Amino acid sequence: MSWIYEPWPWYVSGPLIAATMAALLFAGKNFGMSSNLRTVCAALGAGKNCDFFCFDWRGQRWNLFVMAGAIIGGFIAMHFLSDNPVPDINPDVIAQLKQKGFESAGSSYLPTELFSNQAFSSAKTLGLLVLGGFLVGFGARYAGGCTSGHAISGLSNLQLPSFVAVIGFFIGGLIMVHLLFPILF
Amino acid sequence: MKNLVFLIIGIFFGIVMFKSEAASWFRIYEMFQFKSFHMYGIIGSALMLGIIVVQIIKRRELKHMGGGTIEFVPKEKSFARYMFGGIIFGLGWALAGACPGPMFTLLGAGFFPILIVIGGAVAGTWVYGLLKNKLPH
Repeated sequence: MSWIYEPWPWYVSGPLIAATMAALLFAGKNFGMSSNLRTVCAALGAGKNCDFFCFDWRGQRWNLFVMAGAIIGGFIAMHFLSDNPVPDINPDVIAQLKQKGFESAGSSYLPTELFSNQAFSSAKTLGLLVLGGFLVGFGARYAGGCTSGHAISGLSNLQLPSFVAVIGFFIGGLIMVHLLFPILF
Repeated sequence: MKNLVFLIIGIFFGIVMFKSEAASWFRIYEMFQFKSFHMYGIIGSALMLGIIVVQIIKRRELKHMGGGTIEFVPKEKSFARYMFGGIIFGLGWALAGACPGPMFTLLGAGFFPILIVIGGAVAGTWVYGLLKNKLPH
């Protein structure tokens, strides 16, 4: 059973993601995590002055349970199923990141430069995190889905629009990492 | 009772996101540097199995637990919204290193600055809703 504490290889993880999608289909729903962000907006009262959020968000409660589960799953995986979780990333990438000031590359799950609690006291870090989140939320709704809705659900159903969206995800990611990171970090 | 099913599916998904390292900022960065097969393997194998599952469900007209036939709603035809929306999403995905599923997983794992990312994502969704009619779709 010790394998469970190790990072799970791609050929285990990928099929388990497909199993998540299948479980939701057999539960009568579709796999799509970013819809929850819209539901949260509606629950916070965004429907008062905007039609896009004027729907019965309680009908989406099932997905909020999936979201709550994802939080609990993160807690369980971190505290009960991991033994010092550090991704074994490419040494070239570690060297490159260290040069950019990410000293935690190769020794932590997330860069402590962005995700330790010191982030709360750095204006630059706060700004980058807000901006990253904002682009994810705006882009996911504009594109009508995120990685789960397009790259997994949509492409599994051979939807051309999802293929366009996934190409967009990669164009955006490549621009950020190759053109904007040298300016930001 | 039904909600418990969704909670359990979510817990399973959260564990997979964390243990697969798809929730790691470093893995996303490495993917966009084309320096590892890991993320491509995850997405590719999920997709291959996903295509098979969807085909079987469609051909056998399988039913969900509510008793109805499982239906797939085709995405509406367009180019602009998927390309522009996709690029904006990709910019954020690479910067924050997390997409909407892993964000919640990371919160549970105790990385509290992810709350700032989640707040930003809710704000971004809200602003999209306000600007929706002015954007090309």
